[in-house]
Amino acid sequence: MRYPTGPVSGQKQLHIKGFAPSRRGFIGGAAVAAGAIFLPASLRAEEGPKQGGRLRYGVHDGSQQDSLEPGSWATVMCGAAFNGALCNNLVEILPDGTIAGDLAESWQPDAEATRWTFTLRKGVKFHDGRAFTPEDARQSLLHHMGEGSTSGALAIVSQISGITVGGDDRLVITLARSNADFPALLSDYHLSVFPAKAGGGIDWESGIGTGAFRLDSFEPGVAVSMSRNPDYHKPGLPHFDAVEFIVIPDRSARLNALLTGEVDVIEDVDIRNVGLIEASPGFVIQRTPSLRHLTFDMNCQVAPYDNPAVRQALKLAIDRDDIIAKVFLGEGEAGNDNPVAKIMPLWAETPPEHRYDPEAARKILADAGVKDLVVDLSVSDSAFPGAVEAGVLFREHAAKAGITLNLIQEADDGYWDNVWLVKPFNASDWYGRVTLDLLFSTSYTSDAPWNNTGFKKPRFDDLHTAARSETDETLRRGQYAEMQQILHDEGGVITVAFVSWRLAMAKTIGHGETGGILPADNHRCAERWWRNDV
Amino acid sequence: MNRTSHPILSMVVSRVGLGLLSLLIVSLVIFFSVSLLPGSYASAILGQNATPEAVAAMTEKLGLNEPAIWRYLDWLGAAATGDLGQSFAGRPVMMVLGPRLLNTITLAAVTAVIAVPLAIMLGVICARFRGRFIDRFLSTSTLASISLPEFFVAYIVMMVFAVKLQWFPSMAGIRSSMDFGEQLYRMVLPILTLLLVILAHMVRNTRAAILSVMASPYVEMARLKGESEGRVVMRQALPNAIGPIASVVALNLAYLISGVVVIEVVFVYPGVGQAMIDAVRNRDVPVIQACALIFATAYIGFNLIADVISIVSNPRLLHPR
Repeated sequence: MRYPTGPVSGQKQLHIKGFAPSRRGFIGGAAVAAGAIFLPASLRAEEGPKQGGRLRYGVHDGSQQDSLEPGSWATVMCGAAFNGALCNNLVEILPDGTIAGDLAESWQPDAEATRWTFTLRKGVKFHDGRAFTPEDARQSLLHHMGEGSTSGALAIVSQISGITVGGDDRLVITLARSNADFPALLSDYHLSVFPAKAGGGIDWESGIGTGAFRLDSFEPGVAVSMSRNPDYHKPGLPHFDAVEFIVIPDRSARLNALLTGEVDVIEDVDIRNVGLIEASPGFVIQRTPSLRHLTFDMNCQVAPYDNPAVRQALKLAIDRDDIIAKVFLGEGEAGNDNPVAKIMPLWAETPPEHRYDPEAARKILADAGVKDLVVDLSVSDSAFPGAVEAGVLFREHAAKAGITLNLIQEADDGYWDNVWLVKPFNASDWYGRVTLDLLFSTSYTSDAPWNNTGFKKPRFDDLHTAARSETDETLRRGQYAEMQQILHDEGGVITVAFVSWRLAMAKTIGHGETGGILPADNHRCAERWWRNDV
Repeated sequence: MNRTSHPILSMVVSRVGLGLLSLLIVSLVIFFSVSLLPGSYASAILGQNATPEAVAAMTEKLGLNEPAIWRYLDWLGAAATGDLGQSFAGRPVMMVLGPRLLNTITLAAVTAVIAVPLAIMLGVICARFRGRFIDRFLSTSTLASISLPEFFVAYIVMMVFAVKLQWFPSMAGIRSSMDFGEQLYRMVLPILTLLLVILAHMVRNTRAAILSVMASPYVEMARLKGESEGRVVMRQALPNAIGPIASVVALNLAYLISGVVVIEVVFVYPGVGQAMIDAVRNRDVPVIQACALIFATAYIGFNLIADVISIVSNPRLLHPR
């Protein structure tokens, strides 16, 4: 079926824009929340979900490397089609960022949060009619473990020391160390449940899961077609009869596919095309605040950034709003030097808000006896889209505070190998982590592998360890709030902006509140969305 | 004796030998230039999950910690026996590229079947009516389409036929599950674009080749004998211009296999070009190597065919003294 393709003048504009050199290549995966506004769900859900019809989703990130093997999943295609539509995990992430049971109904930790007992849902069937059993869940985790595992979930499953099946609906997971957030980690998209094989291992090759859709065809790097699973364990879901995920890597081709009715939804809309789509009557831009944030990171171990006054002054010498308005064309929300996104359930406010204040920055430096501060900021277009332009503006902002900022434009290729984690002041693009524990232990504790800010503070590490085994929700929230405050006050991260997943879709597609921890409504667009025109 | 009595055979043998040598050099250059690229398959695939342990395990599994020269020789040995190896993602390279190659060849074949006769016909018409309106019109329009970058032509075609007229789909994303009719329907716009891009080149060269022959004394002779201008072009000039025409046709056919990357991207056509881009992004060396071999083979093969045709069409080369 075809959709109205919008005003003729709009189309003309589209094609001309299509040629514009995309040197800025703006905002790769997600982009930015205009003031973190959810489109009111009621706008398109006036009559509630309808059954039937087909969803065609234009994916920007899919590859011929894609495979059904869950440890190898790396693209949005694998996430949305296989994790989100074909399979289920033991738990799922709700749109509000909280964790709910999926194939597990409930769970119970012991007092130290090292031994977790999951009660599994009964009556769930795989697409071939087999019943889902605890052994399937066990093998689906074991698949990612063991010597020589190359799974993307290795960091998560390496915390597991043992998995036992208890009865016909229990799974007991023992951890090597406490982790009060463990169930949330099981939402990792690699940890999808596949049927166990008789001799151990899982059968991922057949493409059989428990999910809302059955696999009809899979052509790596081209498309995945699926049809409704009538026996799905969530009542009333899914709404579509069929879904299709179509790989369209080129941005202009993706936009054309949407506007000519070849697909219903596209991801990763170029910010320069937002106005065009919003002016077309049949389409809307859908923004979902994400965990993704774009930063300038200072290494706290290297002079002059080892001086807290220098870090503080630089945090006040950048005009985030100016950068968001000019570089991101308004598609972003200023960060407050706290790498935790507001959509995380454990996000805490970190006062005072760091706003551009060159006089205050100048005074901090003068009080600390720092004269004629000169810093070198390493940027590249591959650091984050618009990083070079953001750096140029930062240079002008800092000059007003008496700081000389030399902008070093690094080579695009190899930026992540040669500059990031290496140069003491560099631009970085963070996709966020599903729990604060994982976020801090990968990037901010003293021993974190990606501690790009060289942050080492015993109090922070102690809080991190304590929070990990703290099962009292209030205490834990307090510990995490203090950690965020420490990063805001003393850390080396300057959060330029938090960005949103930015989709464009035909108005015929309906949806409720959408989740932004993962792309595509936490990967579950296929089962959560519906068509209004059936 | 044999060498002189089989000029084509000896030429083919020596050219195939040189072609294989070129393939070897191409594979060597590609292999080592890819290993010069920063980043590795492990870090590209694991992305922000690339813990040092996971990267080490992946590197070990793929044998990437072996010295590059051994990996190359390993690959070369297997490739020599026709085994292009496994993609780093675990599937045989032939399985990854097979369907893509089929798509690319289908697109190239359909385009060529239309383009080659059409181009030669138009070229002949231009030469026959040299300087007249039809010649000027075709020369100007082909010159215009040759000057436009192919993506521009693609977008114009898309705007007219997919957006305005809505006759054809803007996306040529064919699947193996579609029947050939539907595949063809989806391929119309890429074919049309490719026609506009390659026709110009072939028409102009056909015209030029024929016109240069038309200046020869034997054409003058034919005219003096009173043959009609049309017959002169078809009987005297065209057969003697086949050599140059064949080489420009061959060049364009090779382009249809290896040069259509931009068109594939614009129309989301799942061909070898897109596969190679994808593989380079992921540093999937075996797939990159295979793509390079396919492209190089297409170039060498088509040029060989063009040389054979020009020898066959030229009695002086066919029967050397």
